Amino acid sequence: MTTPGDARDQILARIRAATGPEGTANGRAGPAGSVDEGYAALPRDYLSAHHDPARCDIVDLFAERAADYRAVVERVRTDDLPAAVARILAERWGRAARPVPFVIPDGLPAQWLAAVPAAVQLTSDTPPLSAAELDTMAGVVTGCAVAIAETGTIILEHGPGSPGQGRRALTLVPDFHLAVVLAAQVAADLPEGFARLNPARPHTLISGPSATSDIELIRVEGVHGPRQLHVLLVPPETEIAT
Amino acid sequence: MSTPVGAPHPAMPTYLGMPAFPAVAAAAVADSQLRANLAHATRTIRAKRAGAVAELADWEELRAAGKAIKDHTLAHLDHYLLRLEENVTAAGGHVHWAQDATEANAIVADLVRAAGTDRVVKVKSMATQEIGLNEALAAEGIAVLETDLAELIVQLGHDRPSHILVPAIHKNRAEIREIFLREMPDAPPGLTDDPRALAAAARAHLRQAFLSAKVGISGANFAIAESGSLVVVESEGNGRMCVTLPETLISVVGIEKVLPSWRDLEVFLALLPRSSTAERMNPYTSIWTGVTPGDGPQEFHVVLVDNGRTSALADRTGRQALRCIRCSACLNVCPVYERTGGHAYGSPYPGPIGAIISPQLRGIGSPADASLPFASTLCGACYQVCPVAINIPEALVHLRAKVVDAKREKILSPERAVFGVSGRVLRSARLLAGAQHAAWLGGRLVARSGRIRRLPWPLSAWTDTRDAPAPPRESFRAWWARTRGTG
Repeated sequence: MTTPGDARDQILARIRAATGPEGTANGRAGPAGSVDEGYAALPRDYLSAHHDPARCDIVDLFAERAADYRAVVERVRTDDLPAAVARILAERWGRAARPVPFVIPDGLPAQWLAAVPAAVQLTSDTPPLSAAELDTMAGVVTGCAVAIAETGTIILEHGPGSPGQGRRALTLVPDFHLAVVLAAQVAADLPEGFARLNPARPHTLISGPSATSDIELIRVEGVHGPRQLHVLLVPPETEIAT
Repeated sequence: MSTPVGAPHPAMPTYLGMPAFPAVAAAAVADSQLRANLAHATRTIRAKRAGAVAELADWEELRAAGKAIKDHTLAHLDHYLLRLEENVTAAGGHVHWAQDATEANAIVADLVRAAGTDRVVKVKSMATQEIGLNEALAAEGIAVLETDLAELIVQLGHDRPSHILVPAIHKNRAEIREIFLREMPDAPPGLTDDPRALAAAARAHLRQAFLSAKVGISGANFAIAESGSLVVVESEGNGRMCVTLPETLISVVGIEKVLPSWRDLEVFLALLPRSSTAERMNPYTSIWTGVTPGDGPQEFHVVLVDNGRTSALADRTGRQALRCIRCSACLNVCPVYERTGGHAYGSPYPGPIGAIISPQLRGIGSPADASLPFASTLCGACYQVCPVAINIPEALVHLRAKVVDAKREKILSPERAVFGVSGRVLRSARLLAGAQHAAWLGGRLVARSGRIRRLPWPLSAWTDTRDAPAPPRESFRAWWARTRGTG
């Protein structure tokens, strides 16, 4: 058997032998910057956004695209957000045969939950719930870090310093996910969206409820992740001043 | 034992011993159920992909960027792998290197044992299929639960995957229901063949396993050198379960999966879902960097696997196969794949991309691998849809030449004799005219209604699989000479 260090050295030696003069092998004497310069010069002639935010309402686009993948999308004014959250949670609570609590991640704005009726139970994730406990939850309410209009995607940024989005398991194990997306969080497309994220943190990109196309390539929503995704979209205030 | 640089490594043990492509393909083509399942599925996905791609006016620019980023990374692969290692380690992960399948499997088995368990949950990954991880772990007494719906169908059916994205594409809903009822102890007795009901049965079957798993195993679609982040692209949520809930996560990653920087995701997350499932974005993508206190696995290992990739890297023409992001668009447009299905390719990598990856990872020593570069009509549809512009026909022709060169030292074949004579005849106008006349005479003897259906051996090797039109009475050259004068 080779020792672990051997395998590493062998693979790197084989790579250097294979890439030859154009590769790093010969450029090794030069500054490490030469590889970075080559990278910086790569062609990137693609569009930074497929819908120009100056000419298209990207908040509308996000709503339409998220709905395409069977997320339920509702637009609500900031003032009406607490009532909308309360209505959705109470409705699910009332329908359940045996009512169980919703889990609320740390740092979710208290205002969003201000109108939830006292009868509807909410549970904090501090101290952290076990996976088995999460499996008994009725659902989860979160915000998000970024939303991508072009693809109808919600991006959660997890870990300390990203409030209101919870550990990854919170939006995975419960069967229902209510996500609040603010207009300012909507990016036109992937380049802008990814530039807003912190690579050191874990991320979950969510485009509609979980789905599979493994049987005859027919799309079925709802496999292991939440089977229902409900999005409350809060448009810019100026737009709804009617 | 240390292996010298440049020596071949044993690769992909799972499928060795498979007969050559034509033998398996003949049986597959005769299976009308298989052909119906494949034709239905590939036709559906082809049309959807075309629609998803047509939505983006700059698709060609995205493709060009994807190709350029991959080529740059491959040319500096040592640099980026070392950067990846440094950043994964800095974020609390552990990096292991494996030259071949045997080393990779041994590393994973040791890590699972060290975690104190003999059961793991696993999300579908091509690299783990390639190295035969499930079989290797089973031999060590470790049970692997496949959690992707299609992989579960394949595992329960004691079958082999036949498609990169949809491993059970060769089974229809009725066949899948049969497998579930037979092999899944907790399948509901009244299970119907509605895809919704089948997916719900899989959800219930896997739930407890996810919630109690100590070790999860994944691959990765991308590994970001700059940040040490790994990316898993999926649909069902089983991937999220596997990379989030267990205490220990082991990710097995081919060395060509590395990308230089975070920003590159804006290109590859535009290219992959549209090419693969024909969606603007797949339902779930998980991205994580090392270990995050209080969130997800607190022990994280990356196993970087060579397993023949450095051999492919050394081949200037063949190297482009390493750009592959495993989207499977080339399978869905291939007229050969549509008729034979994936099993005929004798490898976890079927279809056009498999025909250029497998012979490069494993070498062209076996009849199966030597036959793969010929499993194509060279129509070029695969090249056209490839999101990283792999010129598959070019690589196929290049590998064909290698196979022919390897055979050249061997005995004289009828094919070589025929081409030897043809060469001489085609060099001489007089000999060619004589041969054309002789062909017309000969054609009259064997043709029926203007078609030649069967020729005597060794020419029967040609007519066994195709008809030929009878040679015309007059060749073009003779006609030209007769009607245009001088000749």
